Amino acid sequence: MKTALAPRFYETKRFKEKAKGTAVTFLLLLGSIVVLAPLWWMISTSLKSPEEIAQYPPTLIPNDFHFSNYMEAWRTAPFTRWAFNTFFIAACGTLGSVLVNSLVAYSFAKIRFKGRNALFVLVLSTMLIPGFVTMVPQYILFSKLGWLNTYLPLIVPAFLGSAFFIFLLRQFMMTIPNELIEAAYLDGANHLQIWWHIMIPLTKPALITVAIFSFNGAWNDLLGPLLYINDENLYTLQIGLQTFKGTVQTQWHYLMAMSVTVLLPVVLLFFFFQRYFIEGSNISSGTKG
Amino acid sequence: MKQTEILPSETYIHEPEAASKKKKRLSRTARENIIGYLFVSPWLIGFAGLTLGPLIFSLYASFTDYNITSKMNFIGLDNFKRMFTLDDLFWTSLLNTLYYVVFSVPLTTAGAILLALLLNQKVKGMKFFRTIYYLPAVLSGVAVYFLWMQLLSPSTGLVNTVLGWAGIEGPAWLFDPEWTKPALLVMKMWSVGGGMLLYLASLQGVSNEMYEAAELDGASSMQRFFYITAPMISPIIFFDVITSTIGSFQIFQEAYVMTESGNGGPANSLLFYNLHMWNNAFEIFDMGYASAMAWLLFIIVMVLTVLNLKLGKRWVHYEGGDK
Repeated sequence: MKTALAPRFYETKRFKEKAKGTAVTFLLLLGSIVVLAPLWWMISTSLKSPEEIAQYPPTLIPNDFHFSNYMEAWRTAPFTRWAFNTFFIAACGTLGSVLVNSLVAYSFAKIRFKGRNALFVLVLSTMLIPGFVTMVPQYILFSKLGWLNTYLPLIVPAFLGSAFFIFLLRQFMMTIPNELIEAAYLDGANHLQIWWHIMIPLTKPALITVAIFSFNGAWNDLLGPLLYINDENLYTLQIGLQTFKGTVQTQWHYLMAMSVTVLLPVVLLFFFFQRYFIEGSNISSGTKG
Repeated sequence: MKQTEILPSETYIHEPEAASKKKKRLSRTARENIIGYLFVSPWLIGFAGLTLGPLIFSLYASFTDYNITSKMNFIGLDNFKRMFTLDDLFWTSLLNTLYYVVFSVPLTTAGAILLALLLNQKVKGMKFFRTIYYLPAVLSGVAVYFLWMQLLSPSTGLVNTVLGWAGIEGPAWLFDPEWTKPALLVMKMWSVGGGMLLYLASLQGVSNEMYEAAELDGASSMQRFFYITAPMISPIIFFDVITSTIGSFQIFQEAYVMTESGNGGPANSLLFYNLHMWNNAFEIFDMGYASAMAWLLFIIVMVLTVLNLKLGKRWVHYEGGDK
């Protein structure tokens, strides 16, 4: 009689939670397959022979693994040169971005100057201006300066600050106690020294986030090189890959092999510095953890 | 806007007591002013040279026939007249862009929220799942567009192969004018994990006590979502909608790479606003006309942003009650 009053197993809270957990795991696994399948497909296609790619129905796993596709595709165009160019531009841009944005952010976070808040609102509001609106005049400006076919239009803007990074770094710097800066100030340090010796070491996680985002952005940038670079020797990987499509036409094994190669550094960067990618999003959502 | 959080309340460096003499205090204030502006000066130079200057220049250029080598002849409103009355492709490009914005903003927002809700559950391997779902968001550029051209290939692509297993005959995607924009939306949804992170961070900030209290009161999970979760994450939804509207309006690279030399695809179905502007500016060097298009884009986006800000006051909930 007593047992009849007790809730049945499938009605208990524990069972409900377990069932919910299983359902969630199942959904997430299914979703993971959907998310990863394109990447699997890219790698698989890059290893197939052209005949196998054209085959219907398509094979999920290559019959033969043609690793030589990678070397052949790499040699079809000056990819070594392009990879070096891209790395150079991304490295310069990242350096500029980290230094300048942190200097500007330091000023907004810790230096008391007139009109600071109004100016900061102005910085934030520039995030709302679509980049395409200023693209044409910027192109005219850089062409009048004689910067076409140089890396200057791709690197110099990185040294002039970016609203998003300034915002991100400032939010992080606000959490650093003022007493620390004040103490250094009383010890006779100037703001430049405080920024370099105190602020930079203390904001390292946020600076790494900015560095990764900048590098990633420069690595994947197509619009800039497309606008300013005509000389094939000065191409970056993105624009090189885009013209490579015209060279090899529909030779998908080559196209996919080079796509994998171009994405590889980004994937590695992501896996090594995952927490910094996530940190960036957390800071900008205002819930810095 | 949530000014209280963006602006510092009283975070200034406090004047040391020792420096209470008027002379000394003034000198420090002056020094702070100079150093402050000096440190901010890179951004100021960038703002003047790469944003404000270009905005003013293109406003003027939009009333001229400037083509980079010519003189700037003032032609009044001719560029705008041409845009509205003579250039059919302008309307095509504007409608294509609106189509994309209208679908991509709600789809990516809803997708990101759903994903964040799933990833906020307590099950094993959550860290692994979060990594997987976020991965596509860091992959971008030409390689990803090539990948999707291959995936969406009508006969041998993965997407139609999988649809075939389910007995569905997949469309020709990038070759069928009806399906080109949905194809781009499918590609966009793949990287929805980028927006997910913002929501996830925000969900983790919602206290458990509220849910527990609601559960004791007998609230269903739907009710809990709409009365607790949705208001709590509404500031992030608001931010996401504003930025993704601006972002979607600027769709360009996908269309440029995935169509033959940026020609707009089958039946101009991928001729987006910025692609049309690009072709005018850098294919035929009609900078005056392109500037006019740029300014119209600027006005459209500004109007939408202001509208969003106004509407936001009605539904965005800020903790603490101040709007």
